Amino acid sequence: MSQAATPSDVASVYLQHGPYGQGHDPHGHGHVDARGHGTGGPAPKRVIVGYGFWIFLLSDIVMFSAFFAAYAVLAQATAGGPTGKQLFDLNRVAIETACLLVSSFTCGLGYVAATRRRQIETQFWMLVTGLFGLVFVILEVLEFYEMIQAGAGPDRSAFLSAFFALVGCHGLHVTVGGLWLGTMMAQIWFKGFRPQIMRRLLCFNLFWHALDIIWVALFTIVYLLGAGA
Amino acid sequence: MSGHDEDWGEHDDAAPGDEHAGGSGFGAIQVYLLGFLLAIGLTVASFWIAGANVVWGPGIPAALLALAVAQMGVHLVFFLHITSGPENTNNTLALAFGVLIVLVIVVGSVWIMAHLNHNLMTMDQMLKAQH
Repeated sequence: MSQAATPSDVASVYLQHGPYGQGHDPHGHGHVDARGHGTGGPAPKRVIVGYGFWIFLLSDIVMFSAFFAAYAVLAQATAGGPTGKQLFDLNRVAIETACLLVSSFTCGLGYVAATRRRQIETQFWMLVTGLFGLVFVILEVLEFYEMIQAGAGPDRSAFLSAFFALVGCHGLHVTVGGLWLGTMMAQIWFKGFRPQIMRRLLCFNLFWHALDIIWVALFTIVYLLGAGA
Repeated sequence: MSGHDEDWGEHDDAAPGDEHAGGSGFGAIQVYLLGFLLAIGLTVASFWIAGANVVWGPGIPAALLALAVAQMGVHLVFFLHITSGPENTNNTLALAFGVLIVLVIVVGSVWIMAHLNHNLMTMDQMLKAQH
C-alpha cells in the first residue's frame, strides 16, 4: 500500500478479506486474487502438504549427497581389497535400473488412475509398482549377500564401507517406500479417494519418483564409473 | 483437470507432482509416457557408453555425468512435474536451494580431500623418511 494506512483501514481490510487480504502483490504479477498471493487467502491444503513434503525430499537428497561425498572421497581407498571393477555386475545393475524406472512409470499411471477415481486400475498399477520395487530390493540383497560371502563386506575397506552405506541407505528407502505403498493400497481400497488419502498418495508418488532420481545418480557414479575406472 | 479435490484457480500455486500443466497440449498419461521413453533412452545410452568403446576413454566420465544430469532433469519435469511456470516458483526455488547445498557438500568434499591427499606423503615417502 502506497499511502499510510490508518489502523481503521487495516482493520476494515482485515475484516473484509482476512489476515492475508491487504491487496499486497509480492510478485508484481497483478494477480491479487490468486490464493497464496494476496486476497485469495491461503493456498489449498494439497499445495501446502505437497510443498512441505517436497522440502522433506530435498533434505533427504541433501542427506544422500553426504553419503555420495563420502563415497567419492573413499572410492579409491580399497586397502588392497577388491575394487569396484572386480565386484560390480553391470547386467544385474541394468535389471535393477529397469525395475526402478518401470515402477516409477507405473506409479505415475496409478496416480493418474486415482485422480480419475478408478479403484481397480489404481490398485493394479500400484501392485505392479510394488512388485518391481520388490524385485529391485531382492536383487540388491542378493548382491550384498554375494559380496559379503566373497569377503567383500562393509568391514573390508573404506571403499566398501562407503559403498554399503550409500547403496544400503537407498535400498532401505525403497523398502520403506514399499511398506508405504502397501499401506496406501489398503487405505485407498477401504477408505476410497478421500482428500486426505489423495494427499498421502501425492506424497508417496513424490517419494517414489525421488528415489528413482537418486538411483540415477547412484548407478552412474557408483556402478558405471566404478566398473569403468 | 478432472478429479482434483480442490478447485484450481487461474493463478494458484501447484504442489510438486501436480500435472497442472495449464495447457501443454498433452494428457497426463502421455506426459508420463514421454518421460518414461526419454528416461529409457538416456539410461540405455549411459550403459552403452560405459560398456562399449564408443567415446574417447577419458571423456567417458564427463559423458556419463552429463547423461545422468539430463535424466534427472527428465524425471523432475515429466514425473515430478516441476516446471518453470509461475505456479511452480516455490517448488523451483526450493529445488535450486537443494541443488546448491548438494553441490557444496559433494564438490567441496571432493575438492578438500583431493588437496589433503596431495599434501600427504605417500606410504613410500613415509617409510623413507623414517630411515
